[in-house]
Amino acid sequence: MPTPVDPESRSPTRPGPGFRSRLAGRHNQNLWQAAFVTPFFCGLAVFVYIPIVWSAVLSLFEARNTITPTKFVGFANYGRLLNDEAFRSSVGTFIVFALFIVPLTFVCSLGLALLLNGMPRFQAFFRSAFFLPAACSYVVAAMVWRFTFFSGARFGMINSVLSGFGSQPVHWLGGENSWYWVALVTLRLWLQTGFYMILFIAGLNRIPASTYEAAALDGATGWRLTRYITIPQLKATSAAVTMLLVINAFQAFDEFYNLLGSIGSYPSHARPPLVFLYLISLGGSQLDLGVGSAGTMIVTAIIVVFGLVQNWVNHRSGAEERS
Amino acid sequence: MNISRRGLLSFAGGAAAIAGLNACGGNSGGLTSGSSASNGAALTQWYHEYGEQGVEAAVRKYASAYPNATVEVKWNPGEYMKLLNSQLLTGDVPDIFESENGATVDMINAGQVEDLTELIKPYVDQFAPSVIERFTFKDAIWSIPQTIDCRVLYYRPSLLATAGLSAPTTLTELLTTADALTTDTRGGFFGGNDGGVTVMAPLFIWASGHKELNGERTELGFLDDSFYGVVSEYAEWYKSGKGLLKAASAEWSSAAPFINEECAMQWTGLWNLPEVLAAHGDDVAVMAMPAMGSSGTQAIHFGAYGSCAAVKGKDPAAAKEFIKWLWIDQEDYQVEFADSFGTHIPAKPALAAKATKLASGPGATAAQLVAEHGFTADIMWSGALGTAYTDAVSEVVVKGVDPKQAFQALAETAKTELAS
Repeated sequence: MPTPVDPESRSPTRPGPGFRSRLAGRHNQNLWQAAFVTPFFCGLAVFVYIPIVWSAVLSLFEARNTITPTKFVGFANYGRLLNDEAFRSSVGTFIVFALFIVPLTFVCSLGLALLLNGMPRFQAFFRSAFFLPAACSYVVAAMVWRFTFFSGARFGMINSVLSGFGSQPVHWLGGENSWYWVALVTLRLWLQTGFYMILFIAGLNRIPASTYEAAALDGATGWRLTRYITIPQLKATSAAVTMLLVINAFQAFDEFYNLLGSIGSYPSHARPPLVFLYLISLGGSQLDLGVGSAGTMIVTAIIVVFGLVQNWVNHRSGAEERS
Repeated sequence: MNISRRGLLSFAGGAAAIAGLNACGGNSGGLTSGSSASNGAALTQWYHEYGEQGVEAAVRKYASAYPNATVEVKWNPGEYMKLLNSQLLTGDVPDIFESENGATVDMINAGQVEDLTELIKPYVDQFAPSVIERFTFKDAIWSIPQTIDCRVLYYRPSLLATAGLSAPTTLTELLTTADALTTDTRGGFFGGNDGGVTVMAPLFIWASGHKELNGERTELGFLDDSFYGVVSEYAEWYKSGKGLLKAASAEWSSAAPFINEECAMQWTGLWNLPEVLAAHGDDVAVMAMPAMGSSGTQAIHFGAYGSCAAVKGKDPAAAKEFIKWLWIDQEDYQVEFADSFGTHIPAKPALAAKATKLASGPGATAAQLVAEHGFTADIMWSGALGTAYTDAVSEVVVKGVDPKQAFQALAETAKTELAS
């Protein structure tokens, strides 16, 4: 295939540009691009890419209290983790968490976006109000959830309300029962719904008004408009939102750690992968980077597999629609 | 408020202090202040953030009083041991630093800390033997003890008297006493919002007459029927739900539940003693965890920060000199450090007599209990092992799993951990 030639360089009166100016590009475009991209790329390389590679290397060594290990152990660290019942159950914990939080956040944020979109007035106000929790730190919210709402003491907020109805206080976070999931899921739901609502609103704004008008002329109204126009048109946004939700759920750490963890310990229930890895590789006063790195590699691999599967599903359903 | 001291006694694998709670301790963050000395080496010294008012000023005072070198103190809020471990991997290490229960096995094996045996040898008899034993590894002493912290069982003698009971001497008595002291608005015993699992877990080993590891440190030293019996007894009591306060206004490390009369007895730090005395006056007493099972013994859980010198430091010899000066020679400072900002026990038992808070009452009782019945985790008891152990205890107590089954996996974990 012949290389396309820049029409300007074919001007007969001008000689071809020198190597330098070709490198710089038209209006020094390439130079500018490099100038803008390089600092970010350097940051990424130093803080993301190099640590990832380093982590992969460390995972093959016994690396206690060192980042330049010498004792090569092959895949022993991986074997140790995969044989560890606690690690496998931490993946189970994540799956339970994801099963709750992903659909719930999806439905709530989409619902809010649709409601707001249909509002004739005060849209900006409600948009900000619902988005506001996203600015709150997980740690702060976890403290409020833990000590105010879901305190297991008699005088905890929800327990006080329950006792008004004559019910016994519930030991929310202690692990005797499964009520701790309510605290974990509502916390994340409150914090992240607003953010995904904004993503959906952006998606809604991209649907051309003419599509709705055409559908309205065909007699579609209300729910049918939502079902046959809005939701299919939001497909790309929905795919992105689901992906982000799953990855974020996988990386859950802050709310678990601050809601359930205590000084010097973390209970044996509700331990997602990152909390588990944190405990065994950095717990107490140790620094076991080999096992920790192996764990992060496994978690990364699972996230990548999730991503690929989802991508494949989306492409397939997209292809079906086109055919 | 006394926050970060609690992390010191961590037995399970978790982090020393959770970020959110930690936010309320201390005042200034991470600033360094220099001391002006004539000449000699310039050294840096690291501390974790002590929660009590005045500790930071005191340690800066000690550093600037040192005549032979300039010592710069760095005060480290946050998860100190993680910060320290990471910093020790870099080229810029603190010359002198404190470490929870002395230098860790990993620090010693990685060659990060100086051997301080020669330094302490002439004075070793002055220090509490239990602490020296804990700080000894591979026949050498790697850290100089600073102060001792401990956890004790607080109770109100008047409540016992009203109920016609005396202080419990066995676990069984403790549990029945707790049940007897329970009212509609007050629980019997509180040891944390996890049902006391974390704080009780190590005590199940020690108070039932066991040690964590066998003599050669190759496997666990407590998995027998008497130990299972003790854990089961506590598990049944947990299930009965009567005298155990499972959730309170604060964690075990704060005395707030005991002060607010949410519970009649609480297992918490000796460091809370001043607040407790302020709230309940003379009606406060402390005791060790009573003996458990047939061959048990009283047990009290202690921890001690030790001062270490970094091998990669600018001038290790000068750092060792400073450590000797401060933590061996300067007894006035040692007493002030232990006694003036909370209740801690000097690492040298002879100095306890000079500490006002330990002279009489509950403080004196606690100092004596630590000397006679003090236990702390073995140096080879790693975070991973601690986590796995506490998990197993939690399975038995909270989930009602059979102890033999719950501790099966632990024995395996221990083998791999101890072999590496």
